[in-house]
Amino acid sequence: MLSISSTYLLYYIPLVVAISLVYGGTRHEDMRLVVTHAFYTAYWITAFMGIIFAILWMMGRFV
Amino acid sequence: MVQNTGALPERIQAGTPVPLDDRDSFPGPTLSLPIVMPADRDSLIEVDERLVDLKNRPLAAFLAWLIPGGGHFYQGRHAKGTLYLVCILLTWMIGFSLGGYHVVYASWQPGDKRWHYFLQAGVGAAALPALIQTNRMNRFMDPRTGWTRDDYDPLWGGFMSPPHRPVFEDNTDQVSAWFARYGAGYEMGTWYTMIAGLLNILVIYDAYSGPLGIPISGRKRRQDEATQPNLAESPSTA
Repeated sequence: MLSISSTYLLYYIPLVVAISLVYGGTRHEDMRLVVTHAFYTAYWITAFMGIIFAILWMMGRFV
Repeated sequence: MVQNTGALPERIQAGTPVPLDDRDSFPGPTLSLPIVMPADRDSLIEVDERLVDLKNRPLAAFLAWLIPGGGHFYQGRHAKGTLYLVCILLTWMIGFSLGGYHVVYASWQPGDKRWHYFLQAGVGAAALPALIQTNRMNRFMDPRTGWTRDDYDPLWGGFMSPPHRPVFEDNTDQVSAWFARYGAGYEMGTWYTMIAGLLNILVIYDAYSGPLGIPISGRKRRQDEATQPNLAESPSTA
């Protein structure tokens, strides 16, 4: 299904953790709110990339 | 979310005692009240029901650029400083190692315009050795041919040194050798280091101005107003 090894997806993990935490940190001062915001950001990024992946996968399969 | 608490009347002098809960109606410097506010009131903000003193904001921004989180340590925001330091420097180091320690270098030569460095330099001191290496490379370049001289010896074992010149877009050179050796890691390492630099730009802003406000959508505002009618009369809290 993927043209690259699925292990390449592991590159995504440290990146999304760092981006989410830093982004959350620039929105709040309370660390609990920072972490909550980071979870939401990670969820949003993952969902967004999942949608893009699904679109590209369908284009590759059906178009 | 973020409120600047700084609008004091001009007649208040540095070090004058000011009541926290009655700042705007403070009548003059003759009162003597127990809470003393700093003279530079623009540095105080309120976020998440906490007062944050941003201190000297340009200095904090510079320190935040120099060392990720450095500005926050200076401001006494140690938890966030640690968070930024760990997240950004770790991202940077992962990328640097993925690319075989060759992904960060400064070069603006034909065939090798390394625009990535402008973003990588966002992490401050960690990227500065590249400028020293580039300066050394320039001194060892033959001005007639544009080639690196044979007696070129990079500093620190080649750490952050640019590739030997010339660099060709359609032929083999040192950059293509790095690509061949590290494969996708070279590409990923470049991205990681660039993203680390970009993240630190957000951190610099946070050190200078405090946390960014969170936009409130019209639907959420209407919901809040429906549950708390007093919100409709109060100024925006975004």
